[in-house]
Amino acid sequence: MKRLVVGAHYGLRDWLAQRVSAVLMAAYTLILLVVLLRSPPSSYAAWKDLFAQGWMRVATLLFAAGLAWHAWVGVRDILMDYVKPDGLRLTLQVLVLLVIASYVGWAIQILWR
Amino acid sequence: MASASAKKIRPKYLSLPALLFEIRLPVPGWVSILHRISGALLFFPFVAWVLYLLDMSLRSPQGFDYVRQYAALPLVKLGLLVLVWAYAHHFCAGIRYLLLDIDKGVDLATARLTSWIVIIAALLLTLWVGTKIW
Repeated sequence: MKRLVVGAHYGLRDWLAQRVSAVLMAAYTLILLVVLLRSPPSSYAAWKDLFAQGWMRVATLLFAAGLAWHAWVGVRDILMDYVKPDGLRLTLQVLVLLVIASYVGWAIQILWR
Repeated sequence: MASASAKKIRPKYLSLPALLFEIRLPVPGWVSILHRISGALLFFPFVAWVLYLLDMSLRSPQGFDYVRQYAALPLVKLGLLVLVWAYAHHFCAGIRYLLLDIDKGVDLATARLTSWIVIIAALLLTLWVGTKIW
């Protein structure tokens, strides 16, 4: 029997997205940790060179994209749990989306300057 | 028909003191609520802070030096430690949840053991970074 209970059916997709993005971010974290421990960037030149590399820029952008989706699912869950008035929750959700979009925009600006 | 007076009032809302002092969470419960709190903290303000530091440090040699001096302030170091703890806890607890998703460590004894491991690992990682920046 096919049962459509309620909602927009984004539950499983978002659940999966949160886990995929988590694995992606964990991998980036470990790689960055190894890079930083191997050669601690002691000067501006070394630090700038690290983020001038193509793979580093793309990896960091992927991290930012993963973070954006991950944070959206997580923060939305928190808001759905604790903020009951619909209007206030919607307002906060829009605010959260704006903050996430700004984060991603800022990250792109930093990486490709 | 049941009388209205015998009916319990639902939903039951808990007072703040009850939340803080009466409900005693088991260890996995602590891991869970700390995962949520650390996640919220990472979303705001820590992502914004990290972006600010990254922006300044990559902008110019002066910016790089500024971030260095800024990160040497005791209050900033304390803030960085909270950031590291939040990230470490969210990371370790997250791995635990991924394992629980594939039915690893679901029985009570293992779940409690891995909860302790998560809490202690996050604190040890924070301590390790603390000794590096102090």
